[in-house]
Amino acid sequence: MEARFTRGKSALLERPLSRPKTEVSVSAYGLLFSEVVQYCQSRVYSVTELQARLADLGHRVGGSLLDVLVLREKNGKRETKVLNILLFIKVSVWRALFGKEADKLEQANDDDKTYYIIEKESLVNTYISVPKENSTLNCAAFTGGIVEAILTHSGFPAKVTVHWHKGTTLMIKFDEAVIAREKALEGR
Amino acid sequence: MSRQANRATDNKKMNSELFTLTYGALVTQLCKDYENDEEVNKQLDKMGYNIGVRLIEDFLARSSIGRCQDFRETADVIAKVAFKMYLGVTPSVTNWSPAGDEFSLILENNPLVDFVELPDNHNTLVYSNLLCGVLRGALEMVQMAVDVKFVQDTLRGDNVTEIRMKFIKRIEENLPAGDE
Repeated sequence: MEARFTRGKSALLERPLSRPKTEVSVSAYGLLFSEVVQYCQSRVYSVTELQARLADLGHRVGGSLLDVLVLREKNGKRETKVLNILLFIKVSVWRALFGKEADKLEQANDDDKTYYIIEKESLVNTYISVPKENSTLNCAAFTGGIVEAILTHSGFPAKVTVHWHKGTTLMIKFDEAVIAREKALEGR
Repeated sequence: MSRQANRATDNKKMNSELFTLTYGALVTQLCKDYENDEEVNKQLDKMGYNIGVRLIEDFLARSSIGRCQDFRETADVIAKVAFKMYLGVTPSVTNWSPAGDEFSLILENNPLVDFVELPDNHNTLVYSNLLCGVLRGALEMVQMAVDVKFVQDTLRGDNVTEIRMKFIKRIEENLPAGDE
């Protein structure tokens, strides 16, 4: 940002956006996240609500993350194709957040709106144990929120849900308009 | 159980961005839920306490530090081992009180507050109050009652972040009633 626009405003806007050098331990993150889940749990009455709250928090994270990552990894160029944005998430976003790529990216056999990102062991779930009565709870709903925010803010509105399948599966369902636009682009 | 084999995989690290962003989302959510800075500070301290109580076990399992002989040793271990292990930063230990029961941790950079700015209407919010709770909770589990608070905070305009820790007393281990 040019100094003449930010002069007098906060010094924060002058800082470079390179990757932070400090590394925190996974257990510090795991304990923080488990406390976040417990806090959310104290304010809701059902598993669905809890997952929705976690997804909301994930939304905030995703929103902040998108611009920074696009700037760093893609030099500010934004994706316009569905497959490319999904690969961006699977590779760049995952690597920035978790230090490695997501395990698998698959497309549903029967539905061209639905894609799956699969991870055998989700980092956020490292310190979470789910009791039997709430066995559908998957705290990776937080990660789902991050992905949903990134897709929506990139111009690919979608809904992301989380399931226990082959580990943790994020099911991404794009809006009709996105697929229709994709087909129109291909047809050109 | 093979202790040696576990050591190598135990010290996994990750980039601090997700940590900073998650903490930010949490504080934002708390501010929305409570609307009152004092309440948020209290909640953060409580949550930090819960984390500290679990963290001390993780710490003792991963480092081979034995019991500290005195408060000075405790201060050194906290600054040089624990902060380094969990947050990747090493604060300096200064400002010892003459009685040797109070000291300050000076943090030059705090991964919790990367790119964070406090808006004007949250002047009394202690953003990193979670850290106070963590220190308090962890030390309570090793029989030390301490009082921890922030005296300087970069978010409020100071140059460094200073945490003041005061030793209150040694907690006696209470045997459950009926035991000899």
